[in-house]
Amino acid sequence: MSRAPFDIGQYRAAGGYGSVEKMLKTMAPGDVLDLVKNSGLKGRGGAGFPTGLKWSFVPMGDNAPKTKYLVVNADEMEPGTFKDRLLMEGDPHLLLEGMMIAAYTIQANTAYIFLRGEYLRAEKLLQNAIAEAHNKGLLGKNIQGSGFDLEIILHTSAGRYICGEETALLNALEGKRANPRAKPPFPQVSGLWGKPTIVNNVETLCNLPGIVNYGIEWFKGLGLGADAGTKLCGVSGRVKNPGCWELPLGTPIRELLEHKAGGMCDGYALRAFLPGGGSTDFLLPQHLDLTLDYDVIGKAGSRLATGTMIVLDDRTCPVGMVGNLMKFFSHESCGWCTPCRDGLPWIDEIFQRFEKGGGLESDMQVLTDHLEYLGPGRTFCALAPGAMAPLGSALRHFRDDFHDHIHGGGCPWQR
Amino acid sequence: MAKITVDGIVYEVNPQNNLLQECLSHGLDLPYFCWHPCMGSVGACRQCAVKQYRNADDKIGTVVMSCMTPASDGAIISIADAQAVKMRSSVIESLMISHPHDCPVCEEGGECHLQDMTQMSGHNYRRYDFKKVTHRNQNLGPFINHEMNRCIACYRCVRYYDDYAGGKDLAALGAHHHVYFGRQEEGTLESEFSGNLVEVCPTGVFTDKTFSEHYTRKWDLQTAPSICTGCGAGCNTTPGERYGTLRRIVNRYHHDLNGYFLCDRGRFGYGFNSSDNRITEASLVSSHADEKGVRKPLTQQEAQRQFDALTAGDVVGIGSPRASLESNLALRARVGVKNFYAGFSAEQQRCMQAVIAINREQGLHCPDIRTLEQADCVLVVNEDITNTSPRFALALRQAVRNRASQLATDARIPLWQDAAVRELAQNELSPLFILSPQGTRLDDVATETCLSTIAQQVALLSAIANTIDASVGTAATDEDSAEQARRIAAALISATKPTIVSGISAGSEALIHAAANVARALRKHSVQSAAINLCFAMPEVNTMGLALLMEEGGGTLDEALQRLARGNADAAIVLENDLSLRTTPAALDAAIAGTDSGSAVWVVIDQLHNSFNARAQLLLPVTSFAEQNSTFVNYEGRAQSSHQVFPADAALRPGYEWLTPHDPLSPLLTTSETILFHSAQTLAAFAGAEKLLPPRTGMQALMKSPRQLHRYSGRTAMHANSNVHESKQPTDRQSPMAFSMEGLSLQKDSSLLSAAWAPGWNSNQAISKFQDEINGELKQGCKGVHLLQRTLPPQSAMAVNPAKAGKKGTFVVYFIDHIFGSDELSAKSPAITARSVGPYLCIGKSEATALGLHQHGLARVSNGDHVVELPVLIRQRIAAGAVGIYCGAEINRHLFAGSVSVAPVHEDDNVLARSRQMFSDLIINDSLINNSEPGRS
Amino acid sequence: MNIIASSTSRPIARALTAEEKHEIDHEMTLYPDKRAVGLEALKIVQKHQGWVSDESLMGVADYLGMSAHELDGVATFFNLIFRRPVGRNVILFCDSVSCWIMGCDRIKEHISNRLGIDYGQTTADGEYTLLPVPCLGDCDRAPVMLMDGEQHRNLTAEKIDQLFAQRALNKEASESK
Repeated sequence: MSRAPFDIGQYRAAGGYGSVEKMLKTMAPGDVLDLVKNSGLKGRGGAGFPTGLKWSFVPMGDNAPKTKYLVVNADEMEPGTFKDRLLMEGDPHLLLEGMMIAAYTIQANTAYIFLRGEYLRAEKLLQNAIAEAHNKGLLGKNIQGSGFDLEIILHTSAGRYICGEETALLNALEGKRANPRAKPPFPQVSGLWGKPTIVNNVETLCNLPGIVNYGIEWFKGLGLGADAGTKLCGVSGRVKNPGCWELPLGTPIRELLEHKAGGMCDGYALRAFLPGGGSTDFLLPQHLDLTLDYDVIGKAGSRLATGTMIVLDDRTCPVGMVGNLMKFFSHESCGWCTPCRDGLPWIDEIFQRFEKGGGLESDMQVLTDHLEYLGPGRTFCALAPGAMAPLGSALRHFRDDFHDHIHGGGCPWQR
Repeated sequence: MAKITVDGIVYEVNPQNNLLQECLSHGLDLPYFCWHPCMGSVGACRQCAVKQYRNADDKIGTVVMSCMTPASDGAIISIADAQAVKMRSSVIESLMISHPHDCPVCEEGGECHLQDMTQMSGHNYRRYDFKKVTHRNQNLGPFINHEMNRCIACYRCVRYYDDYAGGKDLAALGAHHHVYFGRQEEGTLESEFSGNLVEVCPTGVFTDKTFSEHYTRKWDLQTAPSICTGCGAGCNTTPGERYGTLRRIVNRYHHDLNGYFLCDRGRFGYGFNSSDNRITEASLVSSHADEKGVRKPLTQQEAQRQFDALTAGDVVGIGSPRASLESNLALRARVGVKNFYAGFSAEQQRCMQAVIAINREQGLHCPDIRTLEQADCVLVVNEDITNTSPRFALALRQAVRNRASQLATDARIPLWQDAAVRELAQNELSPLFILSPQGTRLDDVATETCLSTIAQQVALLSAIANTIDASVGTAATDEDSAEQARRIAAALISATKPTIVSGISAGSEALIHAAANVARALRKHSVQSAAINLCFAMPEVNTMGLALLMEEGGGTLDEALQRLARGNADAAIVLENDLSLRTTPAALDAAIAGTDSGSAVWVVIDQLHNSFNARAQLLLPVTSFAEQNSTFVNYEGRAQSSHQVFPADAALRPGYEWLTPHDPLSPLLTTSETILFHSAQTLAAFAGAEKLLPPRTGMQALMKSPRQLHRYSGRTAMHANSNVHESKQPTDRQSPMAFSMEGLSLQKDSSLLSAAWAPGWNSNQAISKFQDEINGELKQGCKGVHLLQRTLPPQSAMAVNPAKAGKKGTFVVYFIDHIFGSDELSAKSPAITARSVGPYLCIGKSEATALGLHQHGLARVSNGDHVVELPVLIRQRIAAGAVGIYCGAEINRHLFAGSVSVAPVHEDDNVLARSRQMFSDLIINDSLINNSEPGRS
Repeated sequence: MNIIASSTSRPIARALTAEEKHEIDHEMTLYPDKRAVGLEALKIVQKHQGWVSDESLMGVADYLGMSAHELDGVATFFNLIFRRPVGRNVILFCDSVSCWIMGCDRIKEHISNRLGIDYGQTTADGEYTLLPVPCLGDCDRAPVMLMDGEQHRNLTAEKIDQLFAQRALNKEASESK
């Protein structure tokens, strides 16, 4: 991303903030909510929860609390995920425009962008964009005479994967240790400082201006399959042309991998891939003809999640790759609940032993036990179940590799 | 009521609760760590997993955390389900991966919740074969040991210490499996309630440092239900003994009073019992010409003979607010009512008369501690409860959270969802107003702390009463006070459970009446609402008991001293009382000197040596609270039994035994029970007190309750070093308890419950097996007998005489109390001494500057006749024109009551360094001391 | 068992500089609760001081009127608050999965050998501290590291050599001026 993003003049000249003008002039908050609900937009942060439905739980009307918050989850830290950074560095005003739509819909007058501390360029660009929007009267009091007030505040984090979990993010924003919160109550009812709060991913919000501008049918028409709209999809690993592209949902994975990413590097073959970041199950070459749809990938036993694909080639050790992820998840556990805090380090130790030699057959049983023990519903939040996705699928798909590590005195791969 | 099905059995439950709490309430064994009856659920440990089924047809079900799942009507769950069982055993396996195998040397061993839960969850084989995570420990001061390697990261410690008790200096540090629970830097834990960490921690991270000095396993301790003697709150405790020494004190659950928690004075203040100061033998100052003035030891028989001989004539008896009711009654019986005098100061006696009258008045209600926790608006009048009746302060920290409960209820968040309730309410607190001459330790949760002298407080209370009901009190004279009065009055009026908390520390009758007038005005204002809560903290364990006894006749201390000074008595018997704390030296000297024609013989019965009883001719050693059966009456007028824990040395006897003439012909022993029974029959003030006595029918009448657990070890051998023959167990002819393992088992009869134990539950958490529901009433046992009945019709507001203003150029004195040091007996315990400071003067910044005083320097304090030099503590938050004096054990407060003048003294660097060191140990909320701004954020 | 960490001299809060206070004051206008500024304030102090010493931590706590213990609970939770001194340049080296696949381990070895430091260590001259960081969001150009606010992508041993050689040259140049 070397090109400088549009400044507000260029952005407006290209039709930017048109959706906000349209919305403030012609739409009530309820109208926008209906529009987004009916558009079929699903959260692009990983969970794929319908955005309009999420918003609809915010109390509205005269009896609703006066203070509400919109929070942007820009704490992109999922291993292998590099899409929100591109959006923020490439088109910061698009995010602000999307935020204004979301804030207006739930009638929040303050919005925070919770940005990863390491995203220094995005920080500068967003700070600048906020100032520009302020100067043009697109932020602040009584925006464009609509009576709607909005301040956008950029908050930069200090590095913790768990802050990407929306309730942990709220605790971090309140200046507390970023342990996740129990749900219910959901943030829509009791969120930031106990007030109704929506937490949306950067990419999700960037879809909104288009939906407001061009409508539901247009948005639905973008998708090729069951899901509406487009998705930023990335590929990293040993491919010829790694990168990130906006593709219609429903695009076959093969197209992403072989056409956009140029296929595998010479001398490398595809062994497996994580379709949507580090917390998803491995898919195999036989899955290449599946389409990028939430349900389709779900049925195949994995998740579309962030849509950024990590490719495992045939010359890279799958055990080492999973071990790398386990170390990451172990280190990024917040330390709140027992299975995650104490289970992941054990798994990490076992993978280190596999690598160095000394792995035991009984270690496989410990790993298998942890799959259930750290599974969904067993832990306080989704971090550990996310970690179990690559582990569980690796145990299924790469059993021989584990066997080789245990009985071959360590990692047999020359890397 | 709702119904849930657990493993096929239907239980009636309260749907407001979570599944874990309901399962435990029904006696089911379901392991847990992070949940606590007083702290609700946070879902951290994942230990209480159960299987929940959607409906009767659902055979698969989902594993859920019972603590985070409401006990909704129709819920179907299984504890025995294989997946749930496996989940629970996995959690334990995880928790054990870094837990040391040090149970044999761990002080928690044998009463460890982690041990219990590990057994319950069936984990018994270690698969983890990597290095354990280890930590460095911190020195947390004289009360608490820290052994972080044992930590299972349940977060209970910080949830208790910070969230529940309002502490600021214990935190969860670090992240992932390196989380660490400690202070930012090592140092003494500041909270006055830190000791509860010992019981809150499910394993041995936080243990009792005083107990370590003479450690004994729980099962080897001899225990009995006891009452804390640290103040007049009446908290229930379990002291434990081994080899004749008191080893520790732990909390004993009382539904209405202390619940699960004690203050640190109560927990760690027992060491005086075996201190060097203890009077261990009777002694007599010889009157023989050749050895005049020499104090000689006496055997018990000689002592009794001398006592009877010396007190055969005209005798004055002076009672004690820290002695048992029985001993006071016995003294009164021995000397006769006309010779019986109160053992507290005249001003205290006047205050107590006022308090008793208020406590008999209809339409007012004296809240127990649990009721204090439920208050939705609190006005604290002058009393520094954190230091005089600390358990109240912990209760008020819960009361301010009722606003959060209200918000949560409105938002339909269950109150057991602890974190969610806090996240919703953030800094919202119920109103708490404090009137105090100086900043208090509750200021951080107070809406407003009005820094004011007693006179100003009386005026403000009068204005508050006047605002509520114009026919009462007097309006404020200046607009600021009027506005303040309006704010406080408005908050009290809009509350459903308005509560006023005061005390008698200031010795001001006017203040008591002024506080009561506010309550009366409220009562009048809201006739339909429930009674107005009004209570007064009592400084000593039996202040109320003695005051009630004085209702039945007797004189004041001043009268006694005057009579003795006039030479109108042959002898004076002083029961467990250091009179130098109760009056001026001059008055005491005069009483001791008597007249030329004759002075009284002084007989003092006491536990610890002090400067007063050193002057007694006959000094008789008395058993401590742990060595005798006693009845104590708390601030509510609730009489409670405190049982003897262990037999004292032969030389020691309870006061009532020394005082009751022994009739060798009578087959009946004079016991605490017979004294109490007799007084209940004969003295109106104690009518009903006989209900404290054990029943005379049923099993209890035939069998005694053991003081020793069934695993008590070494009984046949523990004295083998002195005699290889197994000695006979001491028999207890006086009480329903036995010094033995034999008798009624707790599972058959728990009416005398000292150390809760149930199969599989060796830790203090076993208490849930004895409650009718979690955090509910105990199934058996006596909660005490209320001696004060609301028999007086509502009174109209009393006229209050404003206090006199001080002379020009002088300061109004208020006296400072400290939780560690102000209580006479506990102050002599080594751990408490380590936290105590010497006497000092507190003064405001501008006054100090005007006088040329510096922080930690010296000041000369004078009331005209008496002068004392004191180290200076300049505080930011102190009422204008007032100075505070902390007397410690060294200064006689009666000398400096009223007003004093203050002047600087030149101090050298040594003095400065010494007092700086002293003040660095003092924990007060003051920006000049620890740089943190008090007040709500 | 009882290894008690003993501190000989207790740290005393450092008074914050006017600049630090000014920046913290600005942050305070952005949040309804001063507690929320704690982390921001620590980052501000770290920006000026390089790291957060006990004295600085206590200074921030005093300035915000909050407990230093609570604030340290927050400080020690996050990866990017340095509670120990770091070098003038902190290298945040991505060791996450995409970079790992692209051979970041070898690059890290190379840096370690060149600078003589492992993760968590600082060079003797106080110039560099090497820390691992989980994913810098540049996975299509792995391996990646962040140094001095600049992201370095598609790292190779040669690139590393060039980078440090250039920095050494620049440093010499600026010192000789």
